[in-house]
Amino acid sequence: MTVTETVAPSTRRLSTAKALSEGIAQEMERDDSVFVMGEDVGAYGGIFGSTGGLIDQFGPSRIIDTPISETGFIGAGIGAATEGLRPVVELMFVDFFGVCFDQIYNHMAKIHFESGGNVKVPMVLMMAVGGGYNDAAQHSQCLWASFAHMPGMKVVVPSNPYDAKGLMISAIRDDSPVVYMFHKGVMGLPWMAKNPRSIGPVPEDAYTVPIGKANVVHPGSDVTVVSLSMSVQHCQDVAEKLDGEGISAEVIDLRSVIPLDREAVLESVAKTGRLLVVDEDYKSFGLSGELAATIVEHDPTMLKAPFARVTYPDVPVPYARSLEQAALPTRERIEAAIRSLVRA
Amino acid sequence: MDGAQRLGFYRQMVRIRTYEETIRGNYHADKTPAWDIGAGLIPGEMHLAAGQEPVAVGLCAHLRDDDAITGPHRPHHLALAKGVDMHRMTAEIYGRVDGLGRGRGGHMHLFDPAQHFSCSGIIAEGMPVAVGQALAFSRKGTDNVAVAVAGEGAANQGAFHEALNLASLWKLPVIFIIEDNDWAISVPRDSSTPIKSNAPRGAAYGIPGERIEGNDVETISDACGRAVARARAGEGPTLLEIHTVRLWGHFEGDAQAYRGAELAVAESHDPIPIYEAKLRAEGLLDDAGVAAAKAEAQAEVDAAIAFALASPVPDPSTLSDYVFA
Ligand SMILES: Cc1ncc(C[n+]2csc(CCOP(=O)(O)OP(=O)(O)O)c2C)c(N)n1
Repeated sequence: MTVTETVAPSTRRLSTAKALSEGIAQEMERDDSVFVMGEDVGAYGGIFGSTGGLIDQFGPSRIIDTPISETGFIGAGIGAATEGLRPVVELMFVDFFGVCFDQIYNHMAKIHFESGGNVKVPMVLMMAVGGGYNDAAQHSQCLWASFAHMPGMKVVVPSNPYDAKGLMISAIRDDSPVVYMFHKGVMGLPWMAKNPRSIGPVPEDAYTVPIGKANVVHPGSDVTVVSLSMSVQHCQDVAEKLDGEGISAEVIDLRSVIPLDREAVLESVAKTGRLLVVDEDYKSFGLSGELAATIVEHDPTMLKAPFARVTYPDVPVPYARSLEQAALPTRERIEAAIRSLVRA
Repeated sequence: MDGAQRLGFYRQMVRIRTYEETIRGNYHADKTPAWDIGAGLIPGEMHLAAGQEPVAVGLCAHLRDDDAITGPHRPHHLALAKGVDMHRMTAEIYGRVDGLGRGRGGHMHLFDPAQHFSCSGIIAEGMPVAVGQALAFSRKGTDNVAVAVAGEGAANQGAFHEALNLASLWKLPVIFIIEDNDWAISVPRDSSTPIKSNAPRGAAYGIPGERIEGNDVETISDACGRAVARARAGEGPTLLEIHTVRLWGHFEGDAQAYRGAELAVAESHDPIPIYEAKLRAEGLLDDAGVAAAKAEAQAEVDAAIAFALASPVPDPSTLSDYVFA
C-alpha cells in the first residue's frame, strides 16, 4: 500500500480528460508503435474527451476514426498488438461491450495464456463508464466486475487527473492487455456537473502510477472505506465532513480492480476493524462480495462490525432522475453507512 | 398520389418537426447558464431527427398498427409517424410514471406494444429483433411486416449483416431501412463505408436493394410501398437505403465543429420547406394551410407536454419494480 504519493510538484491543473489524453500523447511521442483507434476519436476528440487534440498532433494515420464495427476494430487492435504495435483502442461506452465481447474475453484476454506466454497482447482498451446524468439503462453502467471476473485482463479505474495520466502511461507500457475504464463524472467535462476533484494538479513530464497499488486518499482509524473511480470522490467528501465530527474514515482508492490490492485493504481493516465498500457497479457477484471474501479468507475475526456495502442495486439503470438517484452510491448513502458502522 | 394524401404527408412532417423543435427548446431551456447534460426536466442524451421526417412519413404511410418497427437511438420521427401515443411518449421523455415505460426507459428506449414499436440505443441491435418479429408474423400466418430502421453507420455492424442473412434465408417479411444522413456522430460516411451505396449489400444475401436519393417523401413512400407489398405477399425482405439529412447535431449540445461548411449546405436541404414550396406551386397549399398545419401541430405537442408535466415522477420505493415479469 502506498500512502498518498508525493506528487512531483506541479501547480498546473488539468481535467482528468486532459490528463489522460496527455498521457497518451507523451507515449505516442516516445514510442512510434503506439496508435489510437475508435469511434469519434479524431476530429471529435473522443465523446468524453479522452483523445482531445491528438488528431492535430499526430494526424489520421495514428489517430484513426473507425466505422461502428467494434468486433472488427477491437479484433484489429489485438492483431496489431500481437504483431508488435501498442494500440490504444476506445470502446465508446462500456455498455456496448455486448457487441464485441468475444474479441475481448476469448481473444485479447486469453492469447497470452493459450500461447504459453509466447504471444503478447500489449493493448489498452479504454472506455467510458458510469451514470448519474440520466443516460438510462444502455449508457450508464460500470460493469468493471464483469471484466475482472474473466482472467487475463488488467482493469484500471482512475478517480482523479493525476492517476489518470500515470495509469494510462503504465497501461500503454504494460505487456498485458489493460482495460482502462474512465468514469464520465471524473473526466471534468465542461458539459456535465462535476466534483472539483475532477480537475487537479498534473505534472507536465511523463510519469507512471503503478497498476495494482491502491492509494490511501484519506487516512483514518475508525472505519475503512474502500472504493474506486467516481465513488472515491464522494467518499473523500464524506470523510472530510466526518473528520469534523470526530469520525475518522480511512478512504482507499483501489485504482485497479485487477490486480486487486488485497494487502492494502487487509492492512487498513487490521487497524480499523470495520469495512465499507462503495461501488457503483451492480451489488451481487462483484467487487464488494470479493472484498468481503478477502477478509473472511484471511481472518474472519478481523471485523468488529458486520461488513457493509453501498452499491448499485441489482436493477438496470433507470432513466427517471428520482429512480437513478435512489440507486446510485450517493454521499448521503455513504455517510449513513459509515455512521451506522461506527455505531455498531 | 392524390392531393389529400400529399397534404397529409406535409402535415405529418410538420407535426414531427414541431415535436422535435419543441423538445429541443425545452431540453435546453433549463440547462442554463452552465450547460449540464444531467440537468433540467429532460436530462440525458437527446437525439433529434430534424431532416429525416420524409423517411418516417413515407414508410409509415404503408404500415398498419399491427405491423412492427424497431428503431434506433434517434426514434421520435418513426414513433410519431407510426402512431405511438404522443402523450405517453412525451411523458417517457420527461421520465414520468405515465410514460410508455413508466419513466424507466427514456427517449432511446420507447416501447409501445399497441403499435409494435420499439427502439434501442445500441447501434444495429434492433435489426435482428425485427427479423424475429417477422418470424412470429409468418408463423402466425398473418400478412404483417416488420421494419428495421437504422443509420448508415449501423450498416457496418455485424448485427446488420446477420439480420439480412437470416431474413433472406427464411424469406421473412422484413423491410430493412438505412437512413443515410451522411454522418455517424462526427464520422462522415466516406470514412466508414468504402462503397457509395449500401443497396448492393442486399445482393450479397439475395435481397433486392435500392438506394433512394432526394429525401422526397413521395419517392420514399413509393419505394417503401413496393417493399411492404413484397413482404406482405410473402416474397421476402427488401433493403432500402434512403439518403436523408441530419439538420442538427448528433445529440443536443453537439457543437458540430467537425461539419464546417457542409452544415450550411445541409440546412439548404431541409425537406419541409422544399415540399411546402412544391405543394404551394401546385396550388395544394397556401399561407393559411401552412399556418393551420403548424398551429394544429403545436397545439397537439403542447397538450402532450402538459400531460407529461402533470404526471408524477416515479417514487424511489418502486426502483426494483419490473426487473422480472
Ligand atoms: C454498438 C454501439 N456502438 C457505438 C454506439 C455509439 N453511437 C451512438 S449513435 C452513433 C452513430 C450512429 O450513426 P448512424 O447509425 O449513422 O445513425 P445517426 O446517428 O446518424 O442517426 C454511435 C457511434 C452505440 N450506441 N452502440
